[in-house]
Amino acid sequence: MTSQTLAVIDYGMGNLHSVASALSHVAPEIEVQVTSEPEVIARADRVVFPGVGAIGECMKAVRKLGFDHLLRQQVAAGKPVLGVCVGMQALLQRSEESAGVDCIGQLPGQVRFFGRSLTDTAGRALKVPHMGWNKVRHNGHPLWAGIEQDTRFYFVHSYYVDAAEPEQVAATCDYGHTFAAALQRNNLFAVQFHPEKSHTAGLQLLRNFVAWNGQA
Amino acid sequence: MALAKRIIPCLDVDNGRVVKGVNFVDIRDAGDPVEIAKRYDTAGADEITFLDITASHEGRDTTVHMVEKIAAEVFIPLTVGGGIRKVEDIRTMLNAGADKVGINSAAVSNPDFVKAAADRFGSQCIVVAIDAKQVNTPGETPRWEIFTHGGRKGTGIDAIDWAKRMTEYGAGEILLTSMDRDGTKNGFDLALTRAISDAVSVPVIASGGVGNLQHLVDGITEGGADAVLAASIFHFGEYTIPQAKAYMRERGIEVR
Repeated sequence: MTSQTLAVIDYGMGNLHSVASALSHVAPEIEVQVTSEPEVIARADRVVFPGVGAIGECMKAVRKLGFDHLLRQQVAAGKPVLGVCVGMQALLQRSEESAGVDCIGQLPGQVRFFGRSLTDTAGRALKVPHMGWNKVRHNGHPLWAGIEQDTRFYFVHSYYVDAAEPEQVAATCDYGHTFAAALQRNNLFAVQFHPEKSHTAGLQLLRNFVAWNGQA
Repeated sequence: MALAKRIIPCLDVDNGRVVKGVNFVDIRDAGDPVEIAKRYDTAGADEITFLDITASHEGRDTTVHMVEKIAAEVFIPLTVGGGIRKVEDIRTMLNAGADKVGINSAAVSNPDFVKAAADRFGSQCIVVAIDAKQVNTPGETPRWEIFTHGGRKGTGIDAIDWAKRMTEYGAGEILLTSMDRDGTKNGFDLALTRAISDAVSVPVIASGGVGNLQHLVDGITEGGADAVLAASIFHFGEYTIPQAKAYMRERGIEVR
């Protein structure tokens, strides 16, 4: 029996090795490949679409390499796909960042700026980026197996997902207001936080992803 | 408000070894950064900052390998600072597994470097490290200036103006060290921390002077910091990360 393969899509943006090493750590039996080869991605059993930095640069690189099309194909093929951080945002329809950018459009909704005058319920100013460990309330999807409600995950972002379909929201987080910390649509799952940097709980989510059959 | 305040142990690393070594409770560590980072990770540290104080080129390569090893085994954010002068240095550290880089002297000598770095890699990974010293005479309104070269070289730049400018240039976070307090164990410069924290919209990490757990609390409640950085109180086993968190939690601070 050949071992399962997992492709971490490399489109030249930042550090993808953290995601890859966290996946190898939780699932040493699978072959994790950081790759920009379309054939390798197409052959993989699972796909992780990470992302850091500004969405404008990300989408430029994604389009140049034809990965928008490739990602749509992977999702349509029914294989488990996980978007992380800017990788999640890139799956929405459009982002306000970088003066407005059309994204891949696999999940309905917009990516919006937290704003310069974000406050908490008591009216105190909140810093942007939203950086650090915040509580996540989830919907019990298989990717949350073994993860308690209100577990803290590591976030770092200035833009948030405003989901258009409430039933696709797999988790929420509060920072100034409630936003989608995770989205789901069949075999597609996406998280705003960094599971690869979220210690035990983040590793558990990655372990769940590797074990997931793509059914909600 | 549910975002936790962060506790960040800092490792000063020279040629691949943590300087002075680290003495955890009952465990004397010879100073291997990977082992030490793993222990802080297990203990519940929210991030780790790795400050490279190596001067030589060969030492730099050692640092890159260390960062790679830490990143392969530690699954919390890692910031690497010290000697980051070019876009290429940032790329090297991010590729090695750092999540953020700290820029200090290079920002002072070439502020546009911060802009270029943020445009290229995103603000989320650009930490501008500010070393500030109080320069007013007693009785005057407090004023702080930026110092470089480990606090030896004054620049005449006002610390508050500088923090604002660096944020405008794309810094995603400010690591603020009081050169007056660093190493004293007398606590953070709270007036400085408050002034900078109120002046900028990005998170501020307070650094320099922690001698006990109340100092960590003060940095957050009085200084307005989003995170607190400390080295010696954790390195020498005076306090553990769980003790620090319990103490902060008892005083109403949200911690992870």
